[in-house]
Amino acid sequence: MGSLTLKSVHKAFGSVDVLKGIDLEVEDGELVIFVGPSGCGKSTLLRIIAGLEDATSGAILIDGAEVSAVPPAKRGIAMVFQSYALYPHLNVRDNMGLGLKQAGASKAEVATRVKAAAAMLSLEPYLDRRPAELSGGQRQRVAIGRAIVREPKLFLFDEPLSNLDAALRVNTRLEIARLHRDLKATMIYVTHDQVEAMTLADKIVVLDGGVIQQIGSPMELYNRPANLFVAGFIGSPSMNFIDAERLGIQEARTIGIRPEHITLSRQSGEWATNVAHVEHLGADTILYLESEKAGIVTVRLFGEHHYHPGEEVFATPAGEQMHRFGADGRAIR
Amino acid sequence: MLPRARISFSRMALVHLALVAYALVSLFPVFLTLINSVKSRNAIFRNPMQLPTAETFDLVGYATVLKQGDFASYFQNSMIVTVVAIALVLLFGAMAAFALSEYRFRGNSLMGLYLALGIMIPIRLGTVAILQGMVATGLVNTLTALILVYTAQGIPLAVFILSEFMRTVSDDLKNAGRIDGLSEYAIFFRLVLPLVRPAMATVAVFTMIPIWNDLWFPLILAPGEATKTVTLGAQMFIGQFVTNWNAVLAALSLAILPVLVLYLAFSRQLIRGITSGAVK
Ligand SMILES: Nc1ncnc2c1ncn2[C@@H]1O[C@H](COP(=O)(O)OP(=O)(O)O)[C@@H](O)[C@H]1O
Ligand SMILES: [Mg+2]
Repeated sequence: MGSLTLKSVHKAFGSVDVLKGIDLEVEDGELVIFVGPSGCGKSTLLRIIAGLEDATSGAILIDGAEVSAVPPAKRGIAMVFQSYALYPHLNVRDNMGLGLKQAGASKAEVATRVKAAAAMLSLEPYLDRRPAELSGGQRQRVAIGRAIVREPKLFLFDEPLSNLDAALRVNTRLEIARLHRDLKATMIYVTHDQVEAMTLADKIVVLDGGVIQQIGSPMELYNRPANLFVAGFIGSPSMNFIDAERLGIQEARTIGIRPEHITLSRQSGEWATNVAHVEHLGADTILYLESEKAGIVTVRLFGEHHYHPGEEVFATPAGEQMHRFGADGRAIR
Repeated sequence: MLPRARISFSRMALVHLALVAYALVSLFPVFLTLINSVKSRNAIFRNPMQLPTAETFDLVGYATVLKQGDFASYFQNSMIVTVVAIALVLLFGAMAAFALSEYRFRGNSLMGLYLALGIMIPIRLGTVAILQGMVATGLVNTLTALILVYTAQGIPLAVFILSEFMRTVSDDLKNAGRIDGLSEYAIFFRLVLPLVRPAMATVAVFTMIPIWNDLWFPLILAPGEATKTVTLGAQMFIGQFVTNWNAVLAALSLAILPVLVLYLAFSRQLIRGITSGAVK
């Protein structure tokens, strides 16, 4: 219960094409993440799935049934918004129960389901408070609780963590992962943060310019990016791109190598470089190297390393970890 | 730190000076009306600026006004016209503003422009046509005529102000309501209206004062005894040859009262709206 199919969904605002033909299958119980830079149409796609916006063309099927003519409240979906969007004049209990009440559930049923959701999210002490009397993290949990209470076929999350501070973001991320395991519900989650995408997803959909760039599991995207965009977007710090000509490689236009797939040595190696800048992160050390042959190269070393700006070092890319891209930006395999 | 504090102090002092000066200028005529309304006729002319003293204190103006039995009904007429017109302006203005700010439809901006034109073109230009219309529909000398005209007069500004405010109401909130199964009416009345309450209060105040003070339309559309408003009623003390200044001033003083009460009611809303927004 809770599969979603998108068939060549197009969306234009006036003459601006925002979505240019999205085809996607989401299976029951999957947690799928739409990731992409700001303005690439993620929220628009989510709003189209929710029925808050009409697609210009294309079909949306939930559990195999075409829902284009079904209003949002009848689609069996629940949505968690970036800005929480809690009703300011209702207390937590009523915020969570409103959807069910509107759908005609009995008072007793609303009460039991709100209670269960509140227990799941440790919100019991706050049930009688208004949103204004809650912290940001609590508000976000209420927003999630409001979605859970409706027992939807499909959960939609629109950047739910981007208004939280870093520590809370990690906690809430874990909470969402736990909810997904406990509820076994289908979830679609939108974010511009590739770390969030990598840590949560069963399946990641990378969007850019209104087009799906690649669909795959986090490790597929990391290990086998389909094109330059995905290669540069997934992974942090992002992949080094080097002109193939400079390396004397004929069959590709661009060579990609991740910062963590380069080894350093003071004695010898493939590229002679100068250290431009060093960042110590504790667990990692990030180096920015300037080299004659490969230009500026980012290197990520695990653990603590004491290199200094100006120092000469040799960098060697791990050959089997190199990604080759053709003139059209696609990976060559 | 210190110089900055001093600058902002002197700036605050200047701002307050300007505001106090403006308040004095605006309040002065009201003050004059009030003090002279309780003075004897001679004292009004001899020493208009003087506060009432034991000798010059005289309530004859109020006595005249209140003896003129119809004055209560004039008050009632003004009150009915003002309150009903404000209610209609707020209701229809807010609905139109919601439609304009929330829905994308063909002619949306043209419609907005058309409604905004009413702010720039005074409704009095259409007096002749309005009078003909009222005669044709038999509405002359009814309060309904005044209410209709004032509603039309107030709507453009209401739509203009309210649609600006409604654009600031979060889309996510409205969408959350849609997903929870609220109808568009419920979203309008239960989510959006409470959030734009301060703007509604502002509109109410701006709408109320011209209506209450208007002499033009009552004189033209409803001069009958049964439908006279306060401002029109006060005119009867202004004669062609003799003017009963005591009575005129007393009537005007009394006319300030209801408007003050309404203003306080709205401004309380206004302040409550603002503070609840700030705490949120
Ligand atoms: N109602 C709208 N009218 C016109 N353009 C819009 C509207 N909503 C979104 N857009 C445009 O569509 C593009 C995608 O927006 P959005 O889906 O919000 O991006 P994302 O969520 O990926 O950051 C943006 O360029 C935005 O300007
Ligand atoms: Mg977005």
